[in-house]
Amino acid sequence: MHIIESGNVAAAMGVQLSRAQVIAAYPITPQTPLTEKLSELIESGDMNAEYIPVESEHSALAVCIAASTAGARAFTATSANGLLYMHEQVHWAAGARLPIVMCVVNRGVGAPWTIWNDHQDAMSQRDTGWIQMYACDHQQIIDTVIKAFRLAETVRIPVMVCYDGYLLSHTYMPFEVPDSNRVDGFLPAYEAERFLDPENPANFNTVTLPEPRPDLQGHTMPGYMEFRAMLQDDMRRVLKTAADIEETFAAQFGRGSDPYIETYRCEDADYIAVCLGSLAYRFRDVVDDLRQEGIPVGVAAVRLYRPFPDQAICERLGHAKQLIVFEKAVSYGYQGPLCADVKAALYNSTNDKEQRSEVSGYVLGLGGRDIKTLDLLNALRTSCSPQSASAPLQWLGLKNQE
Amino acid sequence: MQGNTSILNLPKDEFVHPGNRACSGCGLSIAYRIGLKALGRETILVVPPSCLTVLQGLYPIASTKLPCVNVTFASTAAAATGVLGALRAMNRKGVQVAAWAGDGGTGDIGIQALSGAAERGDDFIYICYDNEAYMNTGVQRSGTTPHGALTTTTPIKGKPQGKKDVPAVMAAHNIPYVASCSAACPLDLFDKIQKAKTISGTKYIHIHTPCPSGWGFDPRYTVKMGKLAVESGLVDLYEIENGCFRLTGTSKSLLAGKKMKDIEPYFRSQGRFKRLSNEDISQLRRTVTNKWETYRKTYEA
Amino acid sequence: MTNEAVTGKFSYSRPGPGDGGRTGSWRVLKPVMDYGRCTPARKQTEACFLCWLYCPEGVISREVPPTIDYEYCKGCGICAEQCPTGAIQMVEETGKDPKEE
Repeated sequence: MHIIESGNVAAAMGVQLSRAQVIAAYPITPQTPLTEKLSELIESGDMNAEYIPVESEHSALAVCIAASTAGARAFTATSANGLLYMHEQVHWAAGARLPIVMCVVNRGVGAPWTIWNDHQDAMSQRDTGWIQMYACDHQQIIDTVIKAFRLAETVRIPVMVCYDGYLLSHTYMPFEVPDSNRVDGFLPAYEAERFLDPENPANFNTVTLPEPRPDLQGHTMPGYMEFRAMLQDDMRRVLKTAADIEETFAAQFGRGSDPYIETYRCEDADYIAVCLGSLAYRFRDVVDDLRQEGIPVGVAAVRLYRPFPDQAICERLGHAKQLIVFEKAVSYGYQGPLCADVKAALYNSTNDKEQRSEVSGYVLGLGGRDIKTLDLLNALRTSCSPQSASAPLQWLGLKNQE
Repeated sequence: MQGNTSILNLPKDEFVHPGNRACSGCGLSIAYRIGLKALGRETILVVPPSCLTVLQGLYPIASTKLPCVNVTFASTAAAATGVLGALRAMNRKGVQVAAWAGDGGTGDIGIQALSGAAERGDDFIYICYDNEAYMNTGVQRSGTTPHGALTTTTPIKGKPQGKKDVPAVMAAHNIPYVASCSAACPLDLFDKIQKAKTISGTKYIHIHTPCPSGWGFDPRYTVKMGKLAVESGLVDLYEIENGCFRLTGTSKSLLAGKKMKDIEPYFRSQGRFKRLSNEDISQLRRTVTNKWETYRKTYEA
Repeated sequence: MTNEAVTGKFSYSRPGPGDGGRTGSWRVLKPVMDYGRCTPARKQTEACFLCWLYCPEGVISREVPPTIDYEYCKGCGICAEQCPTGAIQMVEETGKDPKEE
């Protein structure tokens, strides 16, 4: 079934199809229509779930954590400061190995207040141990939500599905709604191995010592660091699992892309723009224009940001002379996080500086600063000249006072 | 109040293993041990950072024989809501949810989530054990620390503010059951938890919990100290059921005319009150007297 | 595609005694029962059991007569303080088996 709907509704339908059982959410722009749609679906009986109107985002994820520990499939969604408010819980869910799915409708963070799109919110959660995926359009939103539940429950790591506030959440696009029966086949019911159960009493996530410690049977059980190392190891193995799931989804639903990077005209490109989210699709017109001018340029959308697909970046993009990262976040005091991650990946891939792609970074669109196609065109054209030195951080679209 | 369970009628099953890390003479240990007897086997516990976390044990050994989820400090009530949501969504019946949190985790950092849950009427029993400071982290002052108490963050002058009345805050949410108990009166506590189990909606139980380590008295007097607080009219055993207030146990007897002990021995026998002056005690005595006058005017014995 | 096991990958504790070790070693004073004064012991019937009620550790048995598990008794003295007949005395802990004394 093809429909025309907003990105938020696409996400809500993805959650509905995934048969989430417990939903707790707190309203924050631009996520609100997503939770409103879910409330409507539940109250009308079109979705069989518990909707819990919590009094804060911190509680929203607390409800999900507890519900997931009790064995239910749990979902929440938020943006910006709401995500920051639940930051403590974000860490917790990952360490507790709970397969929670959360939609982050990307919005800039205060101070000062902004309600418009950028990626600073999701970036602030980059190192928490959550899988982080970015959708570039509405079809990817609904598909990624469904894949996210499958991935989370396979690897027992929570998944953040990010999509741009307003640019995707509030715009209307056509997309296909997957068939419900087929989704049920792709995503079976959640079965927790261990859950809160009076028949099997146990204490979840209690204080864990720095050193390993024997249990009552004398088996040596891990210390804190071992648990965290397991999370890291399992996160790296997600790279394989995410690819498997992408393949299965494509086979069952007839569409899908590379699980890590979605490339456009990159195979023979000397210069490749790299970005996250909807911006990547905007770049395609820019790429086409520059190609008309004879500049061998392409654009790559990073779909899976954590775990970072470093090998795929090197293999698929490493042939380029220069990678130009365009991102909507800054690690203040250094440079854009995606830019730094890309550089690190390339650094690890080869010691030969001559072989390695140059990397430049642009920061743009913070607080919803309008991104003009002409600006993208000019920036990319400038960066594509052989004389252009790679600059770690340049601002695009900044309007300094005269 | 119905119930009036006697010692001989208490369930014999123990739900807490000995050899745990609670202090010697811990008031919480008594309340927890008897409280779990009241809750029974079909219970899921929710516990934030607190003395109870330590009592419950370090990975991989748990001292509680019931399923329990440890949660972040501010989120106890929200987590209880989450467990309930899952039980409903999965159609798991016959299991109740009980949160156990300290005074800080309830009345300070936890109040927002608790207020939200009470407003939603989420069907769990929330038990606050009030040892009147952040005891687990080393006796820092909390909202329920009484006036004048020395704590590690009020180390010289004692707490200038008074004690936050958390049960009153909960009663203002119009939840069906609010109770005030003492760890020194475990049979009264048992009956109140048992009653709470029969009520739908959010139930709040506040337990005044003497703490020998934090209050500065010999552990052998934990029960005696708790009883003294009740017998001097400082701490009242009561329940508010559907908005209707009634005193219970010793407090009820005091209303009926049993002689009330003076408050001074309670304060003078605890190290944390050594900065209280005679004027402070007089002021406190007046407060207690006024409170009981109001009780006598308002409520029947 | 099978789900990967998450058993053993997060903090999950099973119930059992002695998380704090042999907490009997904390004692400086030890409770000793005088069955000549203990009500259930004297009457040979279930009665009183205040010591069982108030013991924070639950190491006093609800039996006729009540017995104390010295492995875990922390020596707080609440039982001695609350016993209505003075049947429990706190004596200095010598480290010897109480049965020897």
